[in-house]
Amino acid sequence: MVGAKEDILSRVRVALQGDAPVTDIPRDYRQSGTMNQEQLIDHLTDRLVDYKAEVKVVLATDLQGAIAEFLANARSVVVPHGLDAQWIAGVADADVVTDSSEAPVPVDQLNATDAVLTSSAVSVAESGTIILDGTPTQGRRAISLVPDQHVCVVPASTIVEILPEALPRLQPSHPQTWISGPSATSDIELERVEGVHGPRRLSVIIVEDA
Amino acid sequence: MSINLGIPAVRTRGEGNLFAHEKFPTAAKRELKNQQLRANLRHATHTIRDKRINVVSELPDWEDLRESGSRIKENVMARLPELLEQFEAAFTARGGVIHWANDATEANAIVTSLIRATGETEVVKVKSMATQEIGLNEHLESLGINAIETDLAELIVQLGHDRPSHILVPAIHKNRTQIRDIFRAEIPNASPDLTDNPKELAATARAYLREKFLNAKVAISGANFGIAETGTLGVVESEGNGRMCLTLPETLITVMGIEKILPRWEDLGVFMQLLPRSSTGERMNPYSSLWTGKNGQDGPQNIHLVMLDNGRTRALADKNGRSALHCIRCSACMNVCPVYERTGGHAYGSTYPGPIGAILSPLLTGITAEENSSLPYASSLCGACFDACPVKINIPEILIDLRAQDVEAQHSVRKAPTEMDVLMKGASWALSSGTRLKFLEKGLPAGRLLAGKDQRISWLPGIAGGWTSSRDIPAPPQSSFRDQWAQREKFQKSQGPQLFQQSQASPKPTGKQGE
Repeated sequence: MVGAKEDILSRVRVALQGDAPVTDIPRDYRQSGTMNQEQLIDHLTDRLVDYKAEVKVVLATDLQGAIAEFLANARSVVVPHGLDAQWIAGVADADVVTDSSEAPVPVDQLNATDAVLTSSAVSVAESGTIILDGTPTQGRRAISLVPDQHVCVVPASTIVEILPEALPRLQPSHPQTWISGPSATSDIELERVEGVHGPRRLSVIIVEDA
Repeated sequence: MSINLGIPAVRTRGEGNLFAHEKFPTAAKRELKNQQLRANLRHATHTIRDKRINVVSELPDWEDLRESGSRIKENVMARLPELLEQFEAAFTARGGVIHWANDATEANAIVTSLIRATGETEVVKVKSMATQEIGLNEHLESLGINAIETDLAELIVQLGHDRPSHILVPAIHKNRTQIRDIFRAEIPNASPDLTDNPKELAATARAYLREKFLNAKVAISGANFGIAETGTLGVVESEGNGRMCLTLPETLITVMGIEKILPRWEDLGVFMQLLPRSSTGERMNPYSSLWTGKNGQDGPQNIHLVMLDNGRTRALADKNGRSALHCIRCSACMNVCPVYERTGGHAYGSTYPGPIGAILSPLLTGITAEENSSLPYASSLCGACFDACPVKINIPEILIDLRAQDVEAQHSVRKAPTEMDVLMKGASWALSSGTRLKFLEKGLPAGRLLAGKDQRISWLPGIAGGWTSSRDIPAPPQSSFRDQWAQREKFQKSQGPQLFQQSQASPKPTGKQGE
């Protein structure tokens, strides 16, 4: 296949010969939203509930309790190493294991783990999308994928209204997962079924500034 | 327009699934007899198109997004060499390895050698149009490598030894009972009591594939986008099978067409609004994964990308058809197409069915390849596809252009003129001269005679019989318009100038204006 690159690029150049350059790209679509924080929280909640996610909106002081409630039935929980240790402190009955790049939890163990607790980087209210970017409060992609329940904390200050506002806040070099509801399929007669391969239960906690 | 070498019905660039092996009308006639298929398709296409309209109408700036999407893609095509180089540099700097493939044969060979280097004989796959286009699964199977499709619909198609019939929902032609029967027969350990409840069927697929995901060493994917400035690749999906494949194995091999490049990170702000709403009719698909080369202990350690041409540069050289390369594979065009809704995807032969397939397949292979020349005729030119297209591909215009290319190609290979050629030549001779037309119009009474008592012509010989086989032609009038006009002039002159002026000056109000 040596030379395929040169072959392809030279055919592209021949194909484009004599064309005028296209320079002007109109960007008249919305670049920013108009909602205040309360509206953003309502909007995001509405979208997530529509996707069949569970949502709690709490003050920072009640975060620990909300996490404990969502994880009430979990016997084992994995957390990324950068997560605030206080968040999980209210979960008394579950084995908590910490994952990091240096000490990754093996995939078989993740598969036997009931739940994962992470934070999130940015959320888009209009489309109900929570974005994880692999920073230490969110961890490796595998931990938020393999366990069957994902409890995800969304700080209210990280919610934006529309997608074009979210992109400048993200680091393209970090591996990202954009999550809009639990895993779902509509492949059988277009009937939506929640829960195929990803976490079947998505539990979101939106934390308002105290 | 592409240059025609006058060699018909030859596979022009390697192997793969871009070719119609029989003429569309022949295939369509067979598919139309399948009542189950038509019922499934009608339900599916109408459901998705209604959902799409709902979520599209939510966005006040939808038309602005379409315009930006279209112009970004034009820009990509115009700057393709530079953007490809930029992408390669960024992707390579992050530890990824790029391979270039002229055609399907080369791409399949590259993927095969990458898999062989790992020593594995089983790989997991994310749904990908590019790998279907090149026939990768069939190729690997012939070499003893088992490629497991992990998207539910693709799994149904694969286990049923079937072919996909829709870009987005490949098993759209199967109903739940048919799917249950496939699972019972093909999935090891599937319960013999498995019902046709979609929840149960999905759970069966989950259990079957979970074990595959946890043990897979190699995954194969396509990519929805490649961002030139950052070297980022993206896959958009719903079930989490994509995340499994992109995250857990040690080696990830992605196959992507060279046209999938986007210049900038911010362009995702356009395309990730356009794609999910146009595709599944959702505000956003459940999962999207973005990765930029290798990233520490997070995800695969060996990251490969096969950059695929396979006819894309041929399509690019067709200045009228080039915008078909803007396609983001959303499938909105097939969900609104009256032809697709009735014939289904298999009738199109190629990996790409529906309106986009009718232009993309012949553009990628050349109009003379196998039976692809019949595809541009698989349309009523109603224009619904153009309206629905999130990147504004003018499909009807390209269809017409490709029909013209087909006619020219037919001419260049045939010495003797066809019946159609003779008819068209005759029409051109008659219609280009008033004297000749006038002479021919003397024959109108003969047409009335042919129409007979019921004043209809129901049978014509030869190629014109194609018209009368499904409709009647009303008998021609007694005299031509030209004669009637001459009569009128003559009559007015005989009535004198005064009356003529009066009737010109004051048209009588009839009270029926606008009728």
